[in-house]
Amino acid sequence: MTDLELNSGKKVRIESVTMQGITKRFPGVLANDRVDFDVKASEVHALLGENGAGKSTLMKILYGLYHQDSGEIYINDELVKINSPTDAINLGIGMIHQHFMLVPTLTVTENVALGLPSSRGPLTDLDRVSKRILELADLYGLRIDPNAYIWQLSVGQQQRVEIIKALYRGADLLILDEPTAVLTPQEVDELFGIMRQMVNDGFGLIFISHKLHEVIEISHRVTVLRNGKKVGTRPTSEVDKSELAKWMVGHAIDFITTTDQIQCGEVRLKLENVSCESDRGAKGLKDINLELCSGEILGLAGVSGNGQRDLAEVIVGLRKVSSGKIFLEDEDITGADVDVLIKKMLSYIPEERMRDGMIKDFTVAENLILREHDQPKYSDNGFLKLKSIENHAKELIKLFQIKTPSHKTMAKSLSGGNIQKIVLARELSRKPRTIIAAQPTRGLDIGAAEYVREQLIIQRNNGTAVLLISEDLDEIFALSDRIAVIYEGKIMGILSREDATKEKIGLLMAGVLPAEQA
Amino acid sequence: MKSRLNAILDALLPLFATLAALLVGAIMLIILDVNPLVAYGALLNGAFGSSNALAETLVKATPLLLVGLGICIAYRGNVINIGGEGQMIVGAIVATWFGLRYTNMPGWLMITLAMMLGALAGAVWGGIPGVLKAYFNVNEILSTVMMNAIAVQLLNFVLTGPMIDPIQSEKASQIPQTARLEEAYRLPRLVPTRLHLGALIAVGLAILVYFLLWRTTLGYRIRSVGQNKFASRYAGIKVERYIIIALMLSGALAGLAGVTQVYGVNFRMITDGSTSGFTGRAGYNGIVAALFGSLHPIITIPASILFGALLVGANTMQRVTQVPSALITALNGLVVVFVVSSEIWRKKRQQKRLTIAIEDQEFDEFSNEIPGHSVEEAS
Ligand SMILES: Nc1ncnc2c1ncn2[C@@H]1O[C@H](COP(=O)(O)OP(=O)(O)OP(=O)(O)O)[C@@H](O)[C@H]1O
Ligand SMILES: [Mg+2]
Repeated sequence: MTDLELNSGKKVRIESVTMQGITKRFPGVLANDRVDFDVKASEVHALLGENGAGKSTLMKILYGLYHQDSGEIYINDELVKINSPTDAINLGIGMIHQHFMLVPTLTVTENVALGLPSSRGPLTDLDRVSKRILELADLYGLRIDPNAYIWQLSVGQQQRVEIIKALYRGADLLILDEPTAVLTPQEVDELFGIMRQMVNDGFGLIFISHKLHEVIEISHRVTVLRNGKKVGTRPTSEVDKSELAKWMVGHAIDFITTTDQIQCGEVRLKLENVSCESDRGAKGLKDINLELCSGEILGLAGVSGNGQRDLAEVIVGLRKVSSGKIFLEDEDITGADVDVLIKKMLSYIPEERMRDGMIKDFTVAENLILREHDQPKYSDNGFLKLKSIENHAKELIKLFQIKTPSHKTMAKSLSGGNIQKIVLARELSRKPRTIIAAQPTRGLDIGAAEYVREQLIIQRNNGTAVLLISEDLDEIFALSDRIAVIYEGKIMGILSREDATKEKIGLLMAGVLPAEQA
Repeated sequence: MKSRLNAILDALLPLFATLAALLVGAIMLIILDVNPLVAYGALLNGAFGSSNALAETLVKATPLLLVGLGICIAYRGNVINIGGEGQMIVGAIVATWFGLRYTNMPGWLMITLAMMLGALAGAVWGGIPGVLKAYFNVNEILSTVMMNAIAVQLLNFVLTGPMIDPIQSEKASQIPQTARLEEAYRLPRLVPTRLHLGALIAVGLAILVYFLLWRTTLGYRIRSVGQNKFASRYAGIKVERYIIIALMLSGALAGLAGVTQVYGVNFRMITDGSTSGFTGRAGYNGIVAALFGSLHPIITIPASILFGALLVGANTMQRVTQVPSALITALNGLVVVFVVSSEIWRKKRQQKRLTIAIEDQEFDEFSNEIPGHSVEEAS
């Protein structure tokens, strides 16, 4: 036991955290190989690396979720043992997971107080907690209503609650593992504002992201991991985006920016006055008219939660329309079953891939046939063709560079980005005629993201119709032939790429029509 | 390395739980002034001491295995089938009625038909809670238990009325039992003991169930629905249909267990009027056997034998040591409680390891917790 551990009641402020020679092995993978990493008070230290490089693993070790096989952790130059998240919290380390651990049916205050002893013994002290939340919120610009229920909050707001929870527990070092992946650009700006304020107040922050411009904007130092090993640490001011990319992947990366104009083919997908109900919290669709041609990428821009999910689900047969008609290749498919549409070579990359697109306790190979498990290629009179399932898996693992010990590995033990790749590989590789792709590059490293974009363009050049749903305007502009904007379940307008500017699209996304713009 | 150790520990956990239960039992024996060594010696002897004892153990294990296999299927489909008792009963009633009604058939034909009919009846009895769950979101634990109660009433009715042994109905004793099946209809004996063909059939089915779950599209779908309903829908799987199928298969195997009791052991249907008078609680004990076998069809084979041994051996132990029969019941109960709680503990640990493993990867997962979604998930 060290001094630091013993006086957890009145802990010392973290000036520096140093991880030294951290090694962590999983069955078949060396996730961290003698990694050195340190973070100081008043700095943002970015952690970069390809999917499966070992970033999350390193951070989980620091937060006490995993235990290193070898290596030491020092806080203020004193050796510490972190055996559990409780230890980490007592030492002043907080972690914002991408899987928020909030109870939806409780209020913000109740969530923050959850698991902590009350200052009034057996009586609750929720009023005090609530007061403290407001203080903290005020200090860091974390606008939040302590009495709101979690289910009422947007993703960005829930993330703020998580930050408050960590602050309330006295964290002065915060680990943020891909916090921006699920945020809208505006929410990212707000988060960065909060982070800057915290740095001014002496917090140490660890920031993981695959978006290089974010890393450049917010961090002071950047460390790159590759294949579990540390490549190096440099001050962010000394590097630029392309240098970072090269450093990370080991070779230069070409960013796809333009696509040659291609003639639009026949109409492949058509929505006529489609409306639908939605789950609580989202908007539903109101009278959508949309045409998607073969050989084009139609970008659907919009702030998330404006009906994108409903639109995708209505098309692929997962949601009933309340009125209107949908045609696929001139055939009325309104109300058709999902399996029928799968056979019509309609591919769907759902936004919430962890929940809707894969099964955690299935192997990689089983996941790679999820939507085609009853096709003759993989099953014969109801018996699975294990050999061809295995070959299919091996092929896709190689093609999409899915980092996994084997095709028999459970999907849940892959890194976040590699789980995403399973879904992408499956949906893109089946020679689809129509693709509905929601946030296809989310969670992917830059190399993998470019590969997926390239694939989408190749598909389009081969005559596939692609509906690209994305919040990332750069991505939309880089890939789309036409751009549609959705707002509160309505299509605000459709522009060709030549006509579209970020300003025009931005205003439409905010619900302002061109007439009002003038 | 650690994870391998964990896996081994998990597999051996039911064994440890049983030992722990026997240890507590030993304390009770000491309090009753019985030497636990003598008592457990008798238990071992009773279960494995002679070829007859061994055969009895296997006879007892057969319905446990059959019911347990059904539990394995249901578990993979994320449904809990507590209805083994009722499914056994209706399976047996239908098969017995058929065997008594149609005489002078070739034995093999009757046995095949009786088994099919019994399985079918069990499937229907399991399918009803399946439909209720799939389409009306009725908790299957409650509905299967209620189906048990209905089956017991049905059993008491037919064995005292329509199907009562004509000899009994004339006598004053009126034992609730049916007439005997023809000799040709009995399941063949394997060795000159009471061990019958049903045991082999059950082992064969265990292998078949393993195949079904991991080598067929049907099994793929059942497991998929059991793991993740959202992803299953996305995969074009009709979730409701496979919930029902899982419960029907589960019920069919329990129904078959009921048939083997009639065609292999008693050659008639008989009860003592209590709720488990016919089944001997095999519908419940089969659940324990499956838990014992880590809910894996192949491991459930030795697990059922072990549990069968415990049941048979405990009877011998009672005869030898003259402990009150309540103690035997208590001992069985202890084993059940220990095994079930060890299973819950194992699941929790696994859950914990799992959440740790995937915590930050699931940036989409939180939406699971948005009400509306969670309602579906909880069902
Ligand atoms: N619980 C686990 N069990 C087995 N292997 C694991 C586990 N967690 C991570 N790994 C493996 O360790 C390696 C590093 O994973 P990690 O999650 O740290 O990557 P990452 O850098 O966070 O990647 P990403 O950008 O995709 O999130 C991966 O190859 C992964 O398969
Ligand atoms: Mg990660």
